[in-house]
Amino acid sequence: MTQLLADKTSHLANFSLFARNAPSPLPWLDQLRRAAIARFDLVGFPSSKDEEWRFTNTTPIARIPFALARHDAPATPADLADYSFAAAAACEIVFVNGRFAPHLSHLNHLPDSVTVTSLAAALQNTPSLVEEHLARHATIETDPFVALNTAFLADGAFVHIKRNAVLSQPIHLLFLALPGPAPAICHPRVLIRADDNSQATLVETYSGKKGTVPVFTNAVTEIAAANNAHIDHCKIQQESLDAFHLAHTRARLGRDTTFVSHSASIGGSLVRNDLAVLLDGQGAAATLNGLVLAAGSQHVDNHTLIRHEKPRCTSHELYKHVLDGHSTAVFKGKIYVQKNAQKTDSRQTSKSLLLSDEATMNSMPALEIYADDVKCTHGSTTGPVDEDMIFYLRTRGVSRQAARSLLTYAFAADVTRRINVQPVRRRIEDLLAAQHKLPQDLRITDLETHDQAAL
Amino acid sequence: MALLEIHDLHARVAAPGGHEILKGVNLTLDKGQVHAIMGKNGSGKSTLAQVLMGRETYQVTQGSVLYNGKNLLELSTEERACEGVFLAFQYPVEIPGVSTSYFLKAAVNAVRRYHRQDELDAMDFLVLVKQKMALLKMDQSFMNRAVNEGFSGGERKRNEVFQMAVINPTLALMDETDSGLDIDALRIVANGANSLRSPDRAILAVTHYQRLLNYIQPDAVHVMLDGRIVKSGDKSLALELEAKGYDWIEKEVAQPA
Repeated sequence: MTQLLADKTSHLANFSLFARNAPSPLPWLDQLRRAAIARFDLVGFPSSKDEEWRFTNTTPIARIPFALARHDAPATPADLADYSFAAAAACEIVFVNGRFAPHLSHLNHLPDSVTVTSLAAALQNTPSLVEEHLARHATIETDPFVALNTAFLADGAFVHIKRNAVLSQPIHLLFLALPGPAPAICHPRVLIRADDNSQATLVETYSGKKGTVPVFTNAVTEIAAANNAHIDHCKIQQESLDAFHLAHTRARLGRDTTFVSHSASIGGSLVRNDLAVLLDGQGAAATLNGLVLAAGSQHVDNHTLIRHEKPRCTSHELYKHVLDGHSTAVFKGKIYVQKNAQKTDSRQTSKSLLLSDEATMNSMPALEIYADDVKCTHGSTTGPVDEDMIFYLRTRGVSRQAARSLLTYAFAADVTRRINVQPVRRRIEDLLAAQHKLPQDLRITDLETHDQAAL
Repeated sequence: MALLEIHDLHARVAAPGGHEILKGVNLTLDKGQVHAIMGKNGSGKSTLAQVLMGRETYQVTQGSVLYNGKNLLELSTEERACEGVFLAFQYPVEIPGVSTSYFLKAAVNAVRRYHRQDELDAMDFLVLVKQKMALLKMDQSFMNRAVNEGFSGGERKRNEVFQMAVINPTLALMDETDSGLDIDALRIVANGANSLRSPDRAILAVTHYQRLLNYIQPDAVHVMLDGRIVKSGDKSLALELEAKGYDWIEKEVAQPA
């Protein structure tokens, strides 16, 4: 315990420095940051006794004294080559260690009905548009790491999809973490406002380079979607294998709004994604799909929370994990159905493929239902590659190794084929093919469309 | 010339204390022939088919199998497949996420690579597949469905024979392919199997029911009992089994003349 108390000190010291060097001219923001650091100081790092953190040990993070990551870390377009969507994106806004990098970003060609800027610029130019939603969906009471992010809130992305705006190409938010000489932390913040009848696709990519010491990305994304909006949100976590990545994404959906989330966790040594969706208007619909590819000693934890607050909302959730080596993964999927959220239709599936005897999966569905006229199902399976399937393929001339690779690919591609954002789908499928030494563009899973809806 | 020579084949379940299922099988199958193996449940018919295909859940403890003059038991399952042995499964598995089209192309090209032939391109593959689909009266949508996923029992069996027709094996092992089929499906499946008959190939059909043999005329019928082939004859033996059941054979074996 003494050790943990001591470990807050680096963050508290960082804050003193940060508050002195970069005070906000906005009193409300200044106040928010101070409340946030006080909150973090009060609650500290979560322990394994905390129900929400039972299977993820934050000690490796807590015991490292992190300094704030350098704002001026040098990055070139070459550093982004593997991650950029180039012309496939409507725009690409790049952040290096959580700070907007204008020379790497491409923000032209956006219609007037869509704003994509750095959060720092939005706080300066249109503070009221930000204040209306900032820290109201991911509040500082949510979690110690949200509090910590909020204490250092300075930059990140601000996206505003105005009423009736429709953008067909994705908006790409690309985060690059560059290690320095000492362990460093950055706190990127994203605020997405989608007004009535708007439609857009947002992709968050978290990338990074490997250094001699770890980098820690502590990200928070808030999505405020009004009524009858269509938001596709993808998150690709592809940081280096020694990175720490903790992220909270919280979305609030208004009436008849559709939200589709795809999360892919590929990099990082200790990764935790908290995704919470509030179905806050009648007829809102959420699809939450996730894919975890872990190997070595990676630890990947996905916590999802879907709150059905209003009647006739649907939520469909599919998380798949492919675990090799000594990797461990956690999936906790909580579905909460409020008393008056009648006619709720909720389905949750978690499936895990263990490619080694040493890999571990912890899967926990958690249903809390107070309404009586609802349809809620959940299921979870974990196991190795099916020997009967391998044998079947071998009897057709396919080698054991190729059969294993093919079946692993197909298992994961069951998630990727549901991704409507083509560059995202291609990125993950190409990566999968490379991992399993399969040719690219397999089209293994070009199945009939009716099949895509089936969980 | 004999395509398949099985001599005194013994096999047991490959687990500690696994019991013996095949207890000395002898069988010779010539090119151009169709043989049927009949017998009650648990007699070892399906195990024989699986052992011939190299299923690792069974362990061969004794005996030999020559296929085209080669020691079949030394080959891996995939090598057997590439050498022309095919098993139509009694219970084909589902492979979620893999389309039938991709699966078949992977199979055809694995065999072609083994024989150092160029892989089939998409066009040639399509021509081949369309022709065989017509033979098996299969809908085009089959190709874009995940392998066996959501297929009825009959569709799965038809898919097995369809694969067999596309892969065009030298030795086809059919494990109760006729079980559970209605008469129309049975005719289609038999038609597919008959299309493979040629002087260079052979079929070994494991079946419960004589009815199949009305459509696929066998050159020989063998009866399996407790892990051995205890009686062989021509197709009239199948009719006799249909009429009288298996008890008389059990008695005959228990008290040899």
